[in-house]
Amino acid sequence: MNVSDPILELENISLSFGAVHALADVSFSIYPGEVLAIIGPNGAGKTTMLNVINGVYHPSEGKINYKGQARARMRPHQTAVQGIARTFQNVALFKGMNTVDNIMTGRNLKMNTNILLQALYWGPAQREEAVHREAVEKVIDFLEIEAVRKTVVGRLPFGLQKRVELGRALAAEPEILLLDEPMAGMNLEEKEDMCRFVLDVNEEFGTTIVLIEHDMSVVMDISDRVVVLDYGRKISEGTPDEVRGDQRVIDAYLGVAH
Amino acid sequence: MLYRESGQFKTSYKADMAIFPIRQDLWGLITTLIVAVVIVPLFASEHMIVGYLLPFMIWSIAAIGLNILTGYAGQLSLGHGAFMAVGAYSAYNLAVRIPDLPLLAVFIGAGLIAAACGVVVGSPSLRIKGFYLAVATLAAQFFSEWVFATFPWFVGGAASMVIDTPKMSLFGYPIESNLDNYFLVLGFVIVTTLLAKNLVRSEIGRAWMAVRDMDVAAEVIGIRPLYTKLSAFAVSSFFAGIAGALYAFCYVKSVDFTAFDLFVSLKVLFMIIIGGMGSILGCFLGAAFIVILPILLNVAAHHLTGGNVSPELITNIEHMTFGGLIVYFLIVEPHGLARMWTTAKEKLRLWPFPH
Ligand SMILES: Nc1ncnc2c1ncn2[C@@H]1O[C@H](COP(=O)(O)OP(=O)(O)OP(=O)(O)O)[C@@H](O)[C@H]1O
Ligand SMILES: [Mg+2]
Repeated sequence: MNVSDPILELENISLSFGAVHALADVSFSIYPGEVLAIIGPNGAGKTTMLNVINGVYHPSEGKINYKGQARARMRPHQTAVQGIARTFQNVALFKGMNTVDNIMTGRNLKMNTNILLQALYWGPAQREEAVHREAVEKVIDFLEIEAVRKTVVGRLPFGLQKRVELGRALAAEPEILLLDEPMAGMNLEEKEDMCRFVLDVNEEFGTTIVLIEHDMSVVMDISDRVVVLDYGRKISEGTPDEVRGDQRVIDAYLGVAH
Repeated sequence: MLYRESGQFKTSYKADMAIFPIRQDLWGLITTLIVAVVIVPLFASEHMIVGYLLPFMIWSIAAIGLNILTGYAGQLSLGHGAFMAVGAYSAYNLAVRIPDLPLLAVFIGAGLIAAACGVVVGSPSLRIKGFYLAVATLAAQFFSEWVFATFPWFVGGAASMVIDTPKMSLFGYPIESNLDNYFLVLGFVIVTTLLAKNLVRSEIGRAWMAVRDMDVAAEVIGIRPLYTKLSAFAVSSFFAGIAGALYAFCYVKSVDFTAFDLFVSLKVLFMIIIGGMGSILGCFLGAAFIVILPILLNVAAHHLTGGNVSPELITNIEHMTFGGLIVYFLIVEPHGLARMWTTAKEKLRLWPFPH
């Protein structure tokens, strides 16, 4: 595979909920190692797009190619095996579990001792726990959440919950990381931290990042390319500067009548 | 001795992942074990053993089973009694039809057959959730009651549909006295508790809780929903099967189709609600509570009325008290007695200088 070949291609994706055309004939590609931002007004179909990419929803029309091969209809746990991880717009942590255990779930695909050995907590099962616990501790250090390691996540403030959720996705060591508004509801300092984490992940591990974000300054700062959705349609695509100057984008954000 | 974590620095993740990471908890456990293995056999009366300890231990195993399914994996079941019944009948048939089968194999076999039934009953859980799944498990409950009341084959053709369990012996040693039975059940309690504790702190335990707390996110991170739910059903029913077999062989010493009705399923559910969902300790607290409460109520009623109170009235008071407690716990403390206990411990940890 060539470096510049897309890792994921979305071709003519359409998906409707009743009369709502959440996505209508959207095509774009995701290239390895890039930070791609998806922007657009509320209800534009951004979250729906992520749900299509990782198999939560199945498009009614269109095709998805993964590394040049047509991807069959897949359940989310199968796309996870292909190396896609994500965070959610409304934090979707496992509320009753602590930080370590939440992030440990991100390692589940790499753990494969059988249930019997786990019940005995013996030999390979115990070693595996220790190995992956170490990997999780690295994620915890990286995200600077050592202090809340053993805290049940339901009790954490929103900003930290978002960080733990990022940690859970990172623990999976994904090839493609989907982030649905990772900075929403954060103060300036928290946003800066989050930007730093996202960029570090992208640079250090070469992780491809697809990110939905409303804060334009963030988008302009960290993304390589931008896809703009409006009412389920792709209205623009390009570098941050190109998109910023696009009249259709300006109209969409100013709410020009359709 | 103060209940403190301080001074107990963990030098490796392994130590931090230990089954009882806080030393005082470990000592508490060791004390309990000494009481169970040494003190009880020396000092407990037969009545104490048969009347309270055996049922308490057997219900604890059943509660651990249900807690894994409902408390940890979040799948509500009203059919736990059915799996206990399957365990009891399987053990009877294995013991009678394969005379040379060792006793442990009888019980484990019973657990495995119950586990297989659990997988069958749990298989719609991928499609149906919550209330509807509960109804499906309820159907399993009624189906099992009907099967065991209808087909004499399960009790070797006995027309009464009730039959005594065969004599047991373990490694050539006959299990006859109440104390023998006590030790046998105690062994199972210890082993099931360890297995359960290990499972819930392992990968599968985290997968169960993940599915319980946020099933979409669990699947997105790669957790297979069907395998996770079915494994919870299997493990849960395995423990239920063992509990049912022990109930029949060691406690009532007969296999009886009326023993595992819907009320049994509800009773185990009450135990985990009162004891604490998602807590192994809670299973023991809940089981103890259910065994002890009727006795306390009885004593209280006798004291208050001077002895002339009808048993029916006491039973009614018992039901009302349970009802009230369930409502109380569901609303005020959904994590049950176990959470009250942890809260108390947290206070103790900081005592005498909170903050
Ligand atoms: N499961 C669903 N059922 C019905 N309608 C849905 C569903 N999911 C999304 N929609 C609709 O599809 C459209 C696109 O929603 P989506 O969540 O993708 O928007 P978004 O771009 O993420 O918006 P926001 O910025 O508010 O998060 C909206 O009109 C929404 O109401
Ligand atoms: Mg959205």
